[in-house]
Amino acid sequence: MKFWRTPLDIDKLQIPRGELHILKERCKGCAFCVEYCPKGVLELSEEFNSKGYHPPVAVKPEECVNCDLCEMLCPDFAIYCVRTEAGEKEVTT
Amino acid sequence: MKADPNNVLTGAHYLDGNHACAEGAIAAGCKFFAGYPITPSTEIAERVSRRFPLIGGVFIQMEDELASMNAILGASWGGVRSMSCTSGPGFSLMMENFGLGLMLETPCVLVNVQRGGPSTGLPTLPGQADMMQARWGSHGDYEVIALAPDSPQESFELAVHAFNLSETYRMPVLIMTDECVGHMTEKVVIPPAEEIELVEIRYSSKKPGEAWPFEATEDLISPMLEVGKGHKFHVTGLTHDERGYPVINAEAQAKNVNRLVDKVNKHAEEIIWLQEKDVEGADVVVMSYGISSRVVQPAIMKATKEGIKVGQIKMVTVWPFPEKRVAELAEKVKSLVMVEMNLGQVFLEMDRCAKGKCETYLVGHAGGTVHNPEDIYNTIKEAAK
Amino acid sequence: MSAKVEELIKEEHPMERLLRMDRIPHIWCPTCGLGTTVTALSTALEQLQLDLNNVAVVSGIGCTGRVAGYMKLDSFHTTHGRAVPFALGLHIARPELKTIVFSGDGDLISIGGNHFIHTARRNVDMTIICVNNFIYAMTGGQVAPTTPLTAKAATTPYGNWEHPFNLPLLAASSGAVYVARWTALHVRRLTAAIKEAISKRGFSFVEVIAPCSTLYARINKLGTGLDLMKFYHDNSVIRHGADLNDVDIDFQSKIVVGKFVDIEKPTYIDCLNEGGKRAFGDKYKPYGGGNGNN
Repeated sequence: MKFWRTPLDIDKLQIPRGELHILKERCKGCAFCVEYCPKGVLELSEEFNSKGYHPPVAVKPEECVNCDLCEMLCPDFAIYCVRTEAGEKEVTT
Repeated sequence: MKADPNNVLTGAHYLDGNHACAEGAIAAGCKFFAGYPITPSTEIAERVSRRFPLIGGVFIQMEDELASMNAILGASWGGVRSMSCTSGPGFSLMMENFGLGLMLETPCVLVNVQRGGPSTGLPTLPGQADMMQARWGSHGDYEVIALAPDSPQESFELAVHAFNLSETYRMPVLIMTDECVGHMTEKVVIPPAEEIELVEIRYSSKKPGEAWPFEATEDLISPMLEVGKGHKFHVTGLTHDERGYPVINAEAQAKNVNRLVDKVNKHAEEIIWLQEKDVEGADVVVMSYGISSRVVQPAIMKATKEGIKVGQIKMVTVWPFPEKRVAELAEKVKSLVMVEMNLGQVFLEMDRCAKGKCETYLVGHAGGTVHNPEDIYNTIKEAAK
Repeated sequence: MSAKVEELIKEEHPMERLLRMDRIPHIWCPTCGLGTTVTALSTALEQLQLDLNNVAVVSGIGCTGRVAGYMKLDSFHTTHGRAVPFALGLHIARPELKTIVFSGDGDLISIGGNHFIHTARRNVDMTIICVNNFIYAMTGGQVAPTTPLTAKAATTPYGNWEHPFNLPLLAASSGAVYVARWTALHVRRLTAAIKEAISKRGFSFVEVIAPCSTLYARINKLGTGLDLMKFYHDNSVIRHGADLNDVDIDFQSKIVVGKFVDIEKPTYIDCLNEGGKRAFGDKYKPYGGGNGNN
């Protein structure tokens, strides 16, 4: 991760990790999650759900930082993140 | 349950019908009143606003009648006995949410002190021309319960009774009084609290998650759910199932609306309250309600003195209409006479139920004053021929 | 269809504690801002750690009116415009409940406008979440009292020529003690504002500018719901404590968002008790709720 200023507590920082859960059948394909994921984890899939929408798919699931933004923006309660154990130290400057 | 002695002004008083009605509501445990000033009903609100602070009730003057009706529904769901009062134009405004009250099956009492209409009409003079509005005023199919007191004493008693009915059948109940009764001052005897029997609404005893707000029961009266108890229930003015969830189709509509209608019809015989006098063997039976049932007295006395066999039925409840009784009487009597301060509203119901088995007569006028007993007498004489 | 979808969805969403899952999927269109606003309210309630038994939601009619039906709380779906007086009655009967009115701009401000200003005037302790999508959506996109000047609607096919309401100004000048505006994009700030509003004693008002892609965006050729969200991103100006005369929303203009009002004022029930004490002294027992429960 790049910083415009190196945080003073850089050695203590841990980047949280999240596991994405997509409830494909509930999705209405608005793409809010895709657009606003700060890490660009998601893309709309080619696949259709039974309502004919393209649900998102995690193309870079390992990048998810469990920020919950997708979960909060989703108008259809179709996506959520769960914080995973891994909070590995991989902060670089 | 007995009335709370703190609420009951036991003793003999000299009160007008509106004040007596307010005292009846207070005795019945009413603790929330939302209203909007309108002649000739305002004294009810004024009395309540004076009495409530010391007995733990809240009176609030709302911005309009639409708000008043909704506020009492909200308070009722909050578990508080609530009421409002109004007159003609305000009654029209309340009709929208009177319908919501019926749909949500919300107990509450609404008083209409009738004046002359339509529109602004005769604000300070009596009428009985809102009777069909009481019956059909909100859109859609439903049944109502409406009471008509004829005196300040009865205004007190029927206010208590109205609360009991609304708690028993879990629905709004109407008191259709009029300017004449509302502003007539007479002796009112308020009994001791222990002589006032109150009905308590049935709350569901089921656990949260198992109880629904419109649960099907044999008597069609669903137990009420209390807010804040974890039921997390939903109620809606949309056509709904017994869970209270909206269901927008013809089957759900049939189930929902028929239940609302059947709830009253099935219990009609328990609800209907008629005071009959000399009806057995009568040739002419005079039906009336509210103030008109007092105005008929001199006419009946005069006719009786002249040898006409006249019976009287005073309808304490106007809705549901006593269909069975009228049909029965139509087979026996020569004529039925309806005396009411309108141009023939409840008369039409009487006429319908008589099914042509006897003559039917209307003594009506457009309101503004009570009947001239002479007109009633003349009709009785005509009806006895 | 819905039964089938439910079968396909086995996983539990974290919001399920607050939603009636037996009614989801909801009826709202793709990209509608309502779901997001419901999430903001749900998150706010979770974060406040309130006893959910003591929260009631009241709504009126319209797309937003359906919120009451989806929240797993004691919830009341009333008639058009009347959510506020219904909530007033409920609040007075049960002041210990957090009463939240969740309704749309047309419902609250047009047909329910009178109730809104008077309940604000009385400073009745309740929270109003007004989802403003600039249009009557449920009925097919007719003009609303919030439709910006020149914007098109089903009943203003040549563009709206009426001045719209400035809702924060209306709320504040009517007596609201907390007034904030955010868009559906500002989920975190919106959640924080709803938390503050719910915690606030008195009449609190949160306006949420939300996308209606099916009607408002389509008739005005503004693209998709996502385009509206991008528009909010590019054109929202955060200005806490802004002069409310300056927060009008013109067609596709900058949208001033932020917390505008946060003041202290005795609530309706405070004033009721004050009045009772003034009149009756020690004889007066403060009102704490209906049926003498409190």
